[in-house]
Amino acid sequence: MSSVEASPASTPAVVRQTALNAVHRQMGAKMVDFNGWDMPVEYPAAIGCGIINEHMAVRTGVGIFDVSHMGDIRLAGRQALDAVQHISMNDASKLAIGQAQYSALLYPQGTFVDDVIVHRLDEDEYFLVINAGTREKDFNWVRDNTRQFDCAVENLSDDFTQIAIQGPKSVDTLQKLTDADLRKVKFYWVTRGSVCGLKNILIARTGYTAEDGFEIYIPADEATSARVWNEILNAGKEFGIVPCGLGARNTLRLEGGLSLYGHEISDTINVWEARLDRFCKMEKPEFVGRLALEKAKAEGVKRTLVGLEMVDRGIARDGYKIVDDSGGEVGYVTSGSPAPFLKKNIALAYIPPALAPLGTPVNVEIRGQGVRAQVVPTPFYKRPKKS
Amino acid sequence: MAYPTDRKYTKEHEWIQPNGNTAAIGITDHAQESLGDIVFVDLPKVGAELAAGKSFGTVESVKAVSDLYSPVSGTVTEINGELATSPEKVNKDAHGSWMVKITLKDPKELASLLSPADYDKFVEEEGGH
Repeated sequence: MSSVEASPASTPAVVRQTALNAVHRQMGAKMVDFNGWDMPVEYPAAIGCGIINEHMAVRTGVGIFDVSHMGDIRLAGRQALDAVQHISMNDASKLAIGQAQYSALLYPQGTFVDDVIVHRLDEDEYFLVINAGTREKDFNWVRDNTRQFDCAVENLSDDFTQIAIQGPKSVDTLQKLTDADLRKVKFYWVTRGSVCGLKNILIARTGYTAEDGFEIYIPADEATSARVWNEILNAGKEFGIVPCGLGARNTLRLEGGLSLYGHEISDTINVWEARLDRFCKMEKPEFVGRLALEKAKAEGVKRTLVGLEMVDRGIARDGYKIVDDSGGEVGYVTSGSPAPFLKKNIALAYIPPALAPLGTPVNVEIRGQGVRAQVVPTPFYKRPKKS
Repeated sequence: MAYPTDRKYTKEHEWIQPNGNTAAIGITDHAQESLGDIVFVDLPKVGAELAAGKSFGTVESVKAVSDLYSPVSGTVTEINGELATSPEKVNKDAHGSWMVKITLKDPKELASLLSPADYDKFVEEEGGH
């Protein structure tokens, strides 16, 4: 066997840790270095976990994730909206106070600095949640590109422990611990309330799992973080709650067709290729990247992001080539994995537009052999509508 | 952990259970635990020639692909068809889930493999349990 790794007994000082690191280790989680962060990839089978169980718990009950490695940037001031509108491709002027939207920060070439969730917390206050691996890059980018606006830009990434509670039973679980009426919080809206006795906690009905769920932002000290984590696990016990790691986080977002920076989106991929058109408001007169996107739209895309489902036996994985019948490379897999809920092997991939129509057969090169897959609609999974 | 005494082991976490001039090959409990949920096992065809130390197939977990290395040289006589439809059996019982059966090319190769005690020690030193 190759690549059988044991959990490291200790991690080098240069790798960062969240406030819940000791809790994950004490629960026996397998840890991994994710973009410079020592994070749990999955929890032990002995406590009912493992990637598949964790994934299924989120789809059928509730799961809890430590996502404190993600970053937080606050823009506040008289011209906060103008600043956000300049750097973000979606239209933040549409946000009511307490509302959030998915967006992206773009380079002048129309390619991605990062994807982001923009929350409007107050009249002139916006809260951007960004990826772990791009914390510093994003903050510098936002600060450098908003200097001309009367707006303060703060990096609050180290201020919060961020916990995601995801799944159909996430409302029932979190409601036990908060005085906020969660039934009043619609999807992609936020509120503030007491959580586990902590006052004025930001509660967002957001997530990265394609399920109903919440993300809460609590003080980043270890004792508070551990207490809240354990209280949530307790509250969710009757619903079969399990702690979930980055492994399940990835399989869940993949089933939901959600992009991951460095895979579906990057600084060499533009908005049209990534098919994120609906989050890009070209009717805004100005934002960084708009000019290049206009030009790119006129030229047309040479590659496009599609969903694939394996037809023959095999698993398409990140980086695998898409080949034509003579073995020539025509594209590549951005993210690929077994899908635990759908019980299929799925992937997202960049291929030429000519191969993009639904049902088109393509070949994924797996250990030197072309294995048949077909283009399918995304998202692969949509959560059932509540009746 | 006490590894079964009717077989020998490799540093690549395979086990081989000899039976006269034939043997069964699988992966150890430590291997399945490290891999996590196994979703795919890719085995050679009957008649394939295996060489000691060379890859003869792959086992895939949700997150990763791992090569299977043959402990010895030989010819494949049987493959465990159950693993094509139920790869999770390896997680449930790694030592009871043989992957291939072979005829041994050179039984003397077995002598250089790890005893159960040596393998247990190796796993502990590697940081496992």
